[in-house]
Amino acid sequence: MDFLRPASWEEALAAKAEHPTAVPIAGGTDVMVEINFDHRRPEYLLDLNRVGDLYEWEVGEETVRLGASVPYTRIMENLRAELPGLALASHTVASPQIRNRGGVGGNLGTASPAGDAHPALLAAGAEVEVESAARGTRLIPIDDFYTGVKRNALQPDELIRAVHVAKADGPQQYSKVGTRNAMVIAVCAFGLALHPGTRTVRTGIGSAAPTPVRARAAEEFLNAALEEGGFWDNGKIITPSVAKQFADLCSAACNPIDDVRGTASYRRHAVGVMARRTLTWTWESYRGTRRASEGAA
Amino acid sequence: MRVNFTVNGRPQEADDVWEGESLLYVLRERLGLPGSKNACEQGECGSCTVRLDGVPVCSCLVAAGQAEGREVVTVEGLADFAKQRTCGDSCGTAGTSLDEARQWAAKGTDSQTGEGTELSPIQQAFIDAGAVQCGFCTPGLLVASDELLERNSNPSDADIREALSGNLCRCTGYEKIMDAVRLAAARQSEGV
Repeated sequence: MDFLRPASWEEALAAKAEHPTAVPIAGGTDVMVEINFDHRRPEYLLDLNRVGDLYEWEVGEETVRLGASVPYTRIMENLRAELPGLALASHTVASPQIRNRGGVGGNLGTASPAGDAHPALLAAGAEVEVESAARGTRLIPIDDFYTGVKRNALQPDELIRAVHVAKADGPQQYSKVGTRNAMVIAVCAFGLALHPGTRTVRTGIGSAAPTPVRARAAEEFLNAALEEGGFWDNGKIITPSVAKQFADLCSAACNPIDDVRGTASYRRHAVGVMARRTLTWTWESYRGTRRASEGAA
Repeated sequence: MRVNFTVNGRPQEADDVWEGESLLYVLRERLGLPGSKNACEQGECGSCTVRLDGVPVCSCLVAAGQAEGREVVTVEGLADFAKQRTCGDSCGTAGTSLDEARQWAAKGTDSQTGEGTELSPIQQAFIDAGAVQCGFCTPGLLVASDELLERNSNPSDADIREALSGNLCRCTGYEKIMDAVRLAAARQSEGV
């Protein structure tokens, strides 16, 4: 095994171009587990810890450009207002020790269906910035990023540099099922974001299909129901039948398996419950801000 | 490969390090510092917790090469680390040498008075509260608790639970560990 220690992003891209089989390591919270257990013996480890700009983020007009290695702890502490869904998801990642090392780049690189960041990224809307020495930068929409179980749209010579996440324009929520509040691989997880600007709702489901997925039929149904009922304007409570139909459609978007953490039918059920709850939470929050702004006017 | 880094305030060099080796392995097997414990090797148990540039991490998940040029504090250096934090450089020579660290023991076992001991306040609190049984999880819990009290001098129970949520104990249960952290926080705020 060789340990490659690029001092800059350009050096990292050059190293990846020269050794496409090199395994990038940043926080190490996925890669080192595989090495410790002898599940993986990469020919090259590509250490990204010295590439400083991977640890930085920029808050722009529309999006936050989040460096691939920004630890979850930083996201929780600094980006709660801009990226509430991702901040909530970050808080459910393992333990403080792990959150101090791991970041969204690793979650995307590993592309496990159980990765905690995925539902939040899908719900908020995001693009993954990847780069290769040969072809430069490209932005991959998050909806096209996950291609299979632990597979993603990266080419062998590419590295993940950042993820551009849309800044929240409305309430967001994240919910995760597990046996404790810490150190839990999700049995299943659900992210929901209201986008009052476009009068749309986006979802993300984790650990209940071969890849993280959106519940598109549920989104379309809810978008139409909210529009028809004038909910965005009148700020009424969402009718139980609408919430139930939304929950059922979210359950239907799952394609889960039975495994040690839970059965397929439990996952389907739990995703429905989380969908209904997160819809209620976010909608109540939306109504609250509407009332507050009306009161001020 | 060779790894140069700072351990407990002193520069150290580890040779013949395998590229896939963890920081934990280097500390235990190459530098002879077995205080950080090796259990799950997957970041689940927290018994290998050390400070890496001040940040608590599972040393089993840090590749040795990633520690190059960085500062590590292990449980063996915790007493000195806490002392430096309290009194700055006026305490004399900073750091714990490898020899001292290897021979480190909780001497002067009068846990009531703490007389003659070289313990950090958090270590003393763990002894006084009976928060140590088999002791395997203790080093990780000490490093994590010490860091909590460094950034939050008056933690709520929820703060303590969260800060220690990545450290598993399988014998005392967590109540006495909670007691120990509360005790250390109270003593810290009284300036004892």
